[in-house]
Amino acid sequence: MKILFFARLRELLGSDCFEIADADCPADVAALRAMLRLSVNAQLAESLADPNVFCAVNQKVAGEDQTLKSSDEVAFFPPMTGG
Amino acid sequence: MLSDRELEQYSRQLMLPDFRLEYQERLRASWVLVVGCGGLGSPLAIYLAAAGVGRLILADGDTVERTNLHRQILHGEADIGRSKAASAAALIGAHYPDCRVSQFTEKLQGEALNQAVASVNLVADGTDNYPTRFALNRACIRARKPLVSAAAARSEGQLATFDVAGGGACYRCLYPQEGANAALSCRDNGVLGPVVGVLGTLQALEVIKVLTGWGDSLRSRVLMMDLRSYEQNIVQIARRPDCPDCGDLD
Repeated sequence: MKILFFARLRELLGSDCFEIADADCPADVAALRAMLRLSVNAQLAESLADPNVFCAVNQKVAGEDQTLKSSDEVAFFPPMTGG
Repeated sequence: MLSDRELEQYSRQLMLPDFRLEYQERLRASWVLVVGCGGLGSPLAIYLAAAGVGRLILADGDTVERTNLHRQILHGEADIGRSKAASAAALIGAHYPDCRVSQFTEKLQGEALNQAVASVNLVADGTDNYPTRFALNRACIRARKPLVSAAAARSEGQLATFDVAGGGACYRCLYPQEGANAALSCRDNGVLGPVVGVLGTLQALEVIKVLTGWGDSLRSRVLMMDLRSYEQNIVQIARRPDCPDCGDLD
């Protein structure tokens, strides 16, 4: 299962995706965030704790309780407020 | 009815086979509130005036600073220290006299914000902080007005339309957490001028789409761009039933 990161989240990861073995596919988005926060560097872990860093599953913004399966396309996007 | 002069002035957009005369008339009859006359608001406001939007209300409580000039292209050297809304209104008024421009040179908030939102057909958000963005979202929900929202910093940008009257999601359905002042801002994180220029220009295009019905708008979708690599994604946003701002709407 590939977890994609966009823009500055990708820079923090140092790679454009994070791979999770299909057998370890988390039950839902909240569990995925928790798993990722234990696996990535402190800065990215802090970003992933921000509820405004949103998760899209199969190109749809997903709530924390959305269930996941290993074939889903999952991506995280950062908020921004500049103008 | 458009006059002969208007038909000539807008002939190149009316030449598009599916851009109908009635769309141009709709633009002329439209009032748009542009909040933020900075990096996004500059191309946004001038393209809307150029396209024939009949009335713009420009709101910005800030004054022009030298650090703005590389990206906030409605303002120039002589405008440093001047109200951004006044500077923008003067330039647009001079270039496009058909567009009626009014200005708010104070921070638009409270009842003045509600009245301004209620008076227009659409609100375009080009501000630089969460509190203003959440306040605009709530005012638009209250008045059932579409909100075209853009943001940019560094090399990144986002654009979305929130239209709860049309059954769509609101800004807070995407960004649930209030409290922080800003996420990624130009002031703290820097930005290349053309990056906000691209996003402000796309925001103008989106406003034209929403006002006229031409093309496919970003209603309940968010476009994310990283112009460092030109990568872009569009994801759908559904209304959240537990959204504190729009969850209790019919």
